[in-house]
Order: sequence, then C-alpha cells, then structure tokens
Amino acid sequence: MAEPRPVLEMTGIVKEFPGVRALSGVDFRLFPGEIHALMGENGAGKSTLIKVLTGVYPLDGGTIALDGQSMRIDSPFQAQQAGISTVYQEVNLCPNLSVAENIFIGREPTRYGRIQWSRMRKDAAELVDRLGLDIDVTAPLSSYPLAVQQLVAIVRSVGTGDSDGAGAGTKVLVLDEPTSSLDRDEVLELFRLMRRLRDEGVAILFVSHFLDQIYEICDRMTVLRNGTLVGEHLVSELDQVGLIQLMIGKAMDQLEGLHEHQLHAEVGETLLQAEGLGRTGGVAPFDLEIKKGEVLGLAGLLGSGRTELARLLFGADQPDSGKVTIGGKQVSMSAPNDAIGAGVAFCSENRKTEGLVPDLTVRENIILALQAARGWTRPIPAAQRDELVAKYIKALDIRPANPEARVGQLSGGNQQKVLLARWLITQPKLLILDEPTRGIDVGAKAEIQKLVVSLSEEGMSVLYIAAELEEVLRLSHTIGVLRDRKLVARIANGPEITPTRILETIASGEHQ
Amino acid sequence: MTTTPRWRALTQHHLFWPVAVLVVLLLINVPFTPDFFSIKMTDGHLYGSLVSIVLFGSPLILVAVGMTLVIATGGIDLSVGAVVAITGALTCSYISDQADQDSLSGVFLALGIGLVAAVVCGLWNGFLVARMGIQPIIATLIIMVAGRGVAQLITDGQIITINSEPYKLIGGGYWLTLPFSIFVVAAVVAVTVALTRRTALGLLVESVGGNAEASRLVGIRSMRIKIMVYVFCALCAGIAGLMISSNTSAADGNNAGLWIELDAILAVVIGGTSLLGGRFSIGGTVVGALVIQTLTTTIYTIGVPTQTNLVFKAAVVIVVCLLQSPKFRAKVFGNKFGSGAGSGAKGGGTSAATPADTAPTTAAAPKMEVS
Ligand SMILES: Nc1ncnc2c1ncn2[C@@H]1O[C@H](COP(=O)(O)OP(=O)(O)OP(=O)(O)O)[C@@H](O)[C@H]1O
Ligand SMILES: [Mg+2]
Repeated sequence: MAEPRPVLEMTGIVKEFPGVRALSGVDFRLFPGEIHALMGENGAGKSTLIKVLTGVYPLDGGTIALDGQSMRIDSPFQAQQAGISTVYQEVNLCPNLSVAENIFIGREPTRYGRIQWSRMRKDAAELVDRLGLDIDVTAPLSSYPLAVQQLVAIVRSVGTGDSDGAGAGTKVLVLDEPTSSLDRDEVLELFRLMRRLRDEGVAILFVSHFLDQIYEICDRMTVLRNGTLVGEHLVSELDQVGLIQLMIGKAMDQLEGLHEHQLHAEVGETLLQAEGLGRTGGVAPFDLEIKKGEVLGLAGLLGSGRTELARLLFGADQPDSGKVTIGGKQVSMSAPNDAIGAGVAFCSENRKTEGLVPDLTVRENIILALQAARGWTRPIPAAQRDELVAKYIKALDIRPANPEARVGQLSGGNQQKVLLARWLITQPKLLILDEPTRGIDVGAKAEIQKLVVSLSEEGMSVLYIAAELEEVLRLSHTIGVLRDRKLVARIANGPEITPTRILETIASGEHQ
Repeated sequence: MTTTPRWRALTQHHLFWPVAVLVVLLLINVPFTPDFFSIKMTDGHLYGSLVSIVLFGSPLILVAVGMTLVIATGGIDLSVGAVVAITGALTCSYISDQADQDSLSGVFLALGIGLVAAVVCGLWNGFLVARMGIQPIIATLIIMVAGRGVAQLITDGQIITINSEPYKLIGGGYWLTLPFSIFVVAAVVAVTVALTRRTALGLLVESVGGNAEASRLVGIRSMRIKIMVYVFCALCAGIAGLMISSNTSAADGNNAGLWIELDAILAVVIGGTSLLGGRFSIGGTVVGALVIQTLTTTIYTIGVPTQTNLVFKAAVVIVVCLLQSPKFRAKVFGNKFGSGAGSGAKGGGTSAATPADTAPTTAAAPKMEVS
C-alpha cells in the first residue's frame, strides 16, 4: 500500500503562539493513495498542523515538501494551487450565498470574463449528486442545518480539481473533523467518496474524535500529544486501547455502568410541559413532558427536527402554536430571555455562529450568560467571578487554563467546553445540550457524559441531542424519536432498547 | 532577529501605535514652532500649543467617545454632526430670547433643552436601529440630512449670536488655569469608562458587537443596549454642540459640527476599535481624537496650502491606518513589529506557490505574516 515516496513530507514543524508552543518539531508524512488519521486530544495541535500546512499560519520552523520539492506555502490560495484542498474544522462559508456559489466561490466558471451562472449551477448539482446528497444548490446556504453546511464544505473541497482553471488536481485532501455533526448515512456517503478518491491516488488526511470511524476508514495514523509527535502507526497494528494510551498518556476511564445507572435512576415531578408547541417550517406541533432530574434524549436523522424542537423550548425561534409551562407557570417563549428566566439553558450545536464571542476572553465568554441574567448594572464581583471561572476551567479541563486567552484562539474542543461552562455556571433547571460532544476528544467525551449523569442526579433536567445513538441511549431515561420534523415516539429507556430498535422506530415512524 | 520580550510586549499594547503616531505628529511641529511644547502662564491662564490642541479637540473627543460605543455594538452614527448643530441652535436661540442672558437659571434651562433634544435624536436612532432593524448607516443618515434642516429652522437660517458670560464658560472659559472644556471632557471620559468598565455594560456591548446572534441566545437584551448607546452617543454630541456654540458664542445651523462624524469615526478607528464591532477602547479613542486634532494643527503650522490640506490629511490618515495593520507592519519592518502570531488568519496572497529552491531571493526577504 505504502508507495516508496511520500507525496507530502513535513519535517521538524514548529509553531508558536504567544505563550503557547502549539507544535514542537513535528514530523508528518502522507503517501499517495492512503487515508491517514491525525490523532490527539483537544489542543494537541492537529488543526494547527493543518493550518501550517495550508498556509493559514506561517511556519516558525521546519520544512514542507510536496512531491519531493520543498515548498513555501504562504496562503490557503497557494496551497490550493499546489493541490492541497482543505475542509477546516469550523465551517467557513458564506451563509447568505447559494450553495452553488459557495461551492465555486473564488473559482467560478467564466467565459469572456463573465460568470456562467447556469453552468455553475449545473456543475454544482452534479458534484452534490456525486456525493449522493439531496441538496437544492440554488437555495441559500443558511437555509440548511450545520451538518449540511459541513457537507457543502466537503463538496467544495473535493470539487476543486474538477472545474477548469483550477490549476493542479487535488493531490492532498485535508479533512479536519468533517464528520463531527454528520449522522451515520452521511458518514458512510463521505467514506465512500473518500475511498474513491483514495483509489484515484489522492492522499487524504483525516481528523476525527470518533475512534470507530478511524478504524473503519484509515490506513495509517499519526498521534500527537501536547504539540509533539508520539508516533506513526499502521491502523492494523494498534488497537483502540493502545491508541488512547498514546493520545492521553494514560489508560482511559470507562463508561461502563453509566447506562445501568441511568436505567435505575429515579426522576421527580414534572418540570416542563409543552402542549401543541410547534412552528411551521420547524417542527409539527408536539406534546412533551420533561421531569425533574430526567435526561430526555432526542434521536432522529439529520434534519428530522431535533435542533428545531430544542430551539422552540428555548424561545430561540418563536412558536406559532401551543404553550409551555415550566415549574407550573406558563412561559411566553417569545425570546430566549423568557426561557432563561424560567431556568432553561441552551448550548447550541453551532458554537461559532450561535455560541461564542471569539474576540472575548475565556473568562468573559464563561460569565456571559450569568451576567446577562443579572443585567448590566450588577456586575459579578471580581473575586466571585474569578473563582467561578477557575472552578469550571478546572472541572471541564479547559486548556490552556488561562482565563485571559481569547476564545477564538482555543482549539475546537476546548471552545465547546467553554460553551458548556457558560451554561453550567447559571445552574439551570433544564439544560438543553445540542451535540455537546461535537469535536470533543475521547477522554473529555466520557467526562461530559458522566457530568450529565451527575447533574441529573442532582436534579437538573437535561435535553440531550447527539448524532451517536449509543450516546443518547447510554444517558437518557426517555428517548424522543423525531422523523420528518415530527415527534413520532416517546420511548422509556430499558435494557431491551437498542440502537437497532431506535433505528427501526426512526425508519417506520412508530414504536412497536 | 533579537527583540526583547519587553519591547515586544510594549509594541503589542493596543495603545502603542496610536500613541506613537501622536508623538511623531507632535514632534513634526517643533522645527516649525520651536516653542511648541512650552506652556506659559498669562493672566492666570495656561497657554500653549498643547493646551490649544486639547481645547480645540474637546468636541471631537466627546463625539468620538460616544461613537466608540456605537461602533462597538457593530453600528455607526452619522447623525452626530447634525445633533451638534441642533443642540447649539436650540440652546442659543433660547438664551438669545432671554431678557437677561447672564441669568444662571436661564442658561441651565437652555442647556437642559438642548440636551433633551439630543437625547430625543438618540432615541430615534436607537429606535430605528434596534426596534425596526434598519441598517445603522441608513437609520442615522435620516437625522444627518434632516437634522441640519431642523437646525436651520430653529435659527431661521441666520447665525444666532449671544452674549452670555455663564454660557461662554463651557467652551471658551477658564477654570483653575485651564480651559473649562478640558474638565468637561475629562468628566465625560471618566463617566464613560466607569459606566462601561465598572458595570457589565462594556462586556455586554462588546458581546453584542462581537456576535449578535450568540448574544441574543445568551439572553442579553441587545435592543436595550443598542438604544442606550445611541442615546449616549447623541448626548455626547449634544455636549459637544454646547461646547462649540459656547466657544463662538453663536449657533450656526449650517456649519456647526460639519463633518465631525467623519473625524469621530476616524478617531475611533485610529484608537484601535474595529468598525466590525466587538472590543473597544475609550483610551484609544481619546488618543485617536488627539491625533486628528494635532494633525489639523500641524497642517496650519507647517503651512500646507489650503487647497491641498485635505489631501495631506488623507495621506496621513492612510499611513496611520496602515501602521495599525499587523500584516502591513510585518511586511515592511519584518517580524520585529509584526503581530507575533497569525491570529485567526484568513489568507489572501495571490502569487502562485513557488518551490523555495527555485526562488532563492524570496528566502531572504522578510517573512510575510498572514494575519
Ligand atoms: N491563533 C492562535 N493563537 C493562540 N493560540 C492558539 C491559536 N490557535 C491554536 N492555539 C493553541 O494551540 C494549541 C493547539 O491547538 P489546535 O487547534 O491545533 O488543537 P487541535 O488538536 O486541533 O484540538 P481539537 O481536537 O480541540 O480541535 C492549543 O493550545 C490552542 O489553544
Ligand atoms: Mg482542531
């Protein structure tokens, strides 16, 4: 499989940020026709290595050679010209342009200097088809959920070599956590495409915190820890336990037992009751009850309305029918404020656009919700604030543990933790978690799941949305199943409930 | 390249470049006016170029401070010049109607009327932007254009002149050897800093400007905050209007505060607050406003011909803005003054990738930072 000469060779890569050495002397190589996993904990330096490779950040040391030629890559544009296509961790597209425009932005097909719109739409539709996706390429990107936007970013990157005028074809395809918000079918679709590209001789660099995916698709992997190279291995020669050891430097805590625990846990009286709550274009009117201390998991395919349901319960979108009572009192739900006032917290799946304020510091981002609830006239006293922030940085192991760091500079997984801390600090009665483990490494993922269980024990209710069914089943007392923007079933969790059963319910739309 | 960490920390401070530019501009004056830095005491008043710069720069500082908060929320206020004119016109026309123009109560009432008018303008702007969701640049354009007309109506198209000792104090009088307006400016700046940094207002403003949707979802009442900053900005403009009309003892609906919105926006930008909203710096804005006022003074002292002085001003402003850009500094000076790290970078180079060994010359060139 491994050809004698690597298509890409990075040697002794060093990258420093003020106060942080993100990469110290990392070697990395990529062979044509392989899928190569880049592994490591949150903040290990994976995205930084990718950004150095693609010219987003200048190198502080080391060399990059493509096809044996040493290169200077000063900008993403140059990287693309040289045949390196990239999907970055944070979706970086223009929401108000159409899907087709987003796919071809910067390399629109032109004739006599004018953009050929019809050709662009046709090509885009073909590309989308090739990925087996059902997307209207003329619709604005913002009309699609985040997962679809992520797919569009992937389509964009693999499409690079196809339109004429775009220099060399893709030699190296870099995918930084492309699957973090996809569900099973899209992942399979993506894998099919990746395999095809691999067989065409493209070298693929793949980052994911889903170990199963790594073992399913990758040939070889490179492991980073704290910005240093730990090793390069054939996937077939290193098992999951060994890999985790390499990544975190010790054996991992187990999640066994959580499930049993949840099955036997007691839940209290009704906290939230929604009756006929719905919104056209969002979710059909539904009834829902969440008890005190209950974890309600939502299962459903991409676009089935899980996020939309959560947003209605938070007042992020205004319902056009139905009512919500929380703790016996009716809440108007005309704006997030109403829900927050009633003790609801909402961690959006879309941390970049709906979650964090990138220019503010970790501390400021963490206290934002609490401060907003207190109003501007009552700042949180500095001592109390610092103590709270320090407590949650420690509890969630946010790295770097520096409250003054700008959130935009944190690694993706650590940003997710900041978002979580922001809402935990408000001690809500109902915590809505939409894909809380998105982009979080194996160790931290286990931590967060344990946290959810202990919060529910303390009496906090949780609405939990995750693409991974196992995760939902492990944590939930009750599972709500959505299909085509309708809440079709509400299943009490039990030993006989398996992912397959849930999938059947999703497929048939009813629970036997 | 050897740079000590301290020097580096200094050049990374957000006030470093604005202050550096201010100092350079001040020094440029010395060859033309040798006693530029000297301050003399005459009749118990301090005189000197530095005092004049602060005195004449006072209205601009006020307007720019208010503008800073508006810009930090991601907005802009083009109406400040018109508000300056309206406030001055109302106040002066009220005073001129008084039998005794020196009556303290009359002057206070006049101030009140003027400032209330300013607040009403701010409420209107805030209402259009926050409630109706109109683009700030369009919403505030309304008063920018119509407001001058209103000011003309108030003054009947004339320049109203008054003769009121107490009123003269605000923009033209002295107190404790210094121009009174300096105290007004100091008070407004201090109040603004306290209001934004001692409370959570500054944080919430930066959050709204940094990510509006996230702020909504976190429960920040952005509508209120936006209305507040527009009102505050108009109030600052109103005080500047009092100052200008007081200084000249006249209200000129046509020319008072003309184009001050542009200078104010420039001052904010020079002070390091991004026009995109988010992080703001009141200190930076004050320095920025002083830079602009010093520039105006410099243009006179070095005798730039009047026809070209706007061109000269524009050129300096361009240089200042370029100096603020880490990318530009890295390109021109190398890494010494560079940003140190490509922060949140979006690249934009256009030249094709060149294998380094075929282009040895580029290897020696200062390393470009993409940031
Ligand atoms: N622009 C920046 N400025 C300062 N520090 C940064 C910047 N970008 C990354 N870092 C730091 O570099 C380290 C590596 O970050 P990186 O994003 O490469 O991690 P990662 O391996 O991709 O993690 P994740 O799995 O969470 O995405 C982190 O400590 C991060 O805080
Ligand atoms: Mg990353």
